[in-house]
Amino acid sequence: MCGIAGLIWKGGASSDIGSEMTQMLQALKHRGPDSTGFALYGKPQEGVEVLRFKVAEQEEMATGFDIHRQVIERKAAVDARLEEMGAKITEKEDATEYAFRYHFTFDGDLKRLIDYIEDIDGVEILSVGKALELIKDLGDAAVVSKQYGINGFIGTHAIGHTRMATESDVDIRSAHPYWAYPFNDVSVVHNGQLTNYWTYRRDLERRGHRFVSNCDSELIAVYIADRIDQGDELEAAMARSIGELDGVFTYLVATSDQLGMAKDVMGAKPMVLYESDEFVGLASEEVAIRSIFPREIDTWDPYQGEVMVWAA
Amino acid sequence: MGSVSTSHDMGLHEEQLGGRTQQRFFSATEEENFIYPWSYEVDYEKTAEFDAADMEITDINLKIRELMKSGHGTITVNNPRAKHSLGVGILNRLNLNFEGSLGYFGCGLTDGANIHISGRVGWSCAENMMAGTVVIEKNAGSLFGAAIRGGDLVCKGQAGARVGIDQKGGTIIVGDSVGAFTGFMMQRGRMIILGDAGDNLGDSMYDGTIYVGGKIASLGVDCVETDMTDLDLRYLRGKLELYGMEAPNGVENLVKLTSGKQLWNYDNLEPTEKKLVL
Repeated sequence: MCGIAGLIWKGGASSDIGSEMTQMLQALKHRGPDSTGFALYGKPQEGVEVLRFKVAEQEEMATGFDIHRQVIERKAAVDARLEEMGAKITEKEDATEYAFRYHFTFDGDLKRLIDYIEDIDGVEILSVGKALELIKDLGDAAVVSKQYGINGFIGTHAIGHTRMATESDVDIRSAHPYWAYPFNDVSVVHNGQLTNYWTYRRDLERRGHRFVSNCDSELIAVYIADRIDQGDELEAAMARSIGELDGVFTYLVATSDQLGMAKDVMGAKPMVLYESDEFVGLASEEVAIRSIFPREIDTWDPYQGEVMVWAA
Repeated sequence: MGSVSTSHDMGLHEEQLGGRTQQRFFSATEEENFIYPWSYEVDYEKTAEFDAADMEITDINLKIRELMKSGHGTITVNNPRAKHSLGVGILNRLNLNFEGSLGYFGCGLTDGANIHISGRVGWSCAENMMAGTVVIEKNAGSLFGAAIRGGDLVCKGQAGARVGIDQKGGTIIVGDSVGAFTGFMMQRGRMIILGDAGDNLGDSMYDGTIYVGGKIASLGVDCVETDMTDLDLRYLRGKLELYGMEAPNGVENLVKLTSGKQLWNYDNLEPTEKKLVL
């Protein structure tokens, strides 16, 4: 089933989007309790990239042989490779024992750097971006939010996801949101199923794109990344996806300064929209929007086949 | 009766069922047919009101039941805050008001209640309603009035996709536009859409009537336009007036759609009867 939510404060206004997204996703907990993910867009610092990565899955942490030593070794390998490629780490933070947040400066080929780091066994980059920070883990929104200290995160827009695993495993790599590797600051959340997943995955893989999981939703992130790579604007890429991706879906995409929504031609998956002069909120159910706006608000459902994009 | 068909000649319509039937037949003269044996005696003049902001869904529905039990015929629920499954399964005379919006599956499986919602409703509102009225002041989600069998369901704003899917009776009125697959596999009843309709309107409908005031994106399979009669106009005027609504260009300019019945492949006889004929 899955629940998705998105919010954007217009005109560059910022707010405590960490708490807001946590509340929205907690209200959608009944749509999927397996894992929760956040893509939060903070204030970008000039020239500084934020890197979110993990070096183990939760299951591995529970049962893996000598995992605690391995985690330390994997992290040391990441540090070494970053240094080897000429990236300068300016800030390090341990979000959990197996997930980390780095700030670094780098002027080389970012894709090459990312590929080199991900070449380390067990290491997966969740996101790289100037504004984007992608956090996902098992458990409901309150659990993940507390674990990663998300409350109080100041930013302009965010998307989030609560997952009911249907097509792939319950682990962090199959949790949403997906980062549109290797593009800075692009992330995707999806509710639904894609039926031409393998056709497109094989095609995109042949052209050098990377898939980290077997989750069909990852295809949307890679698809959008591919379209942007070929010069499409976000809205054009999303409009094209409606015709090309098959199945039932409602998905949200966020970039450094935009938030977009697309719905399949059958209108099979829900989405409720609230828009005011300063704020846009979207969620699978109105209860999520009401969790941050308890007063009476006017909401409506976008129609089938619609694509909408808002700017921060 | 004019001509009598061959099947009558063959005595096929006097078939006696063996055994005792479980079915109870409706008779308008019997008073007890109009209420359920377990329904509560309520007085419309006796009113009650409560705040649902911090209540759980089950508690809200139980509270409505308790109030009915104590004879309250007019109940107002404040701050429903888009919670799901509120006001469901009410098989009673009742005036129920929701001051705010409902989530998914609101007011489903009702029979006889008159419900007013000042906000909007989510997906599957008034699903399988048997009788009564549900009036929504703002927008509605998809699957609005799915499989309703009777009563009036009114949305003064816009509704989502698949409005009145599998409708088996009653009337659905939408003040603004509706999404794709509206009236999909509709079997009976009427639908009045004053705004635009999405793709595949009335796809594979068996029977029933759809009136549309705005633009139609596309008609579904076997949904055809037909002529408006005086009876239609009288019906439309009456219904719309009842809910204080107006067709944008007058009821005369609504488009009337029904089933072309080209997909109908029914035999006139039951399989057992067929055997006799052959």
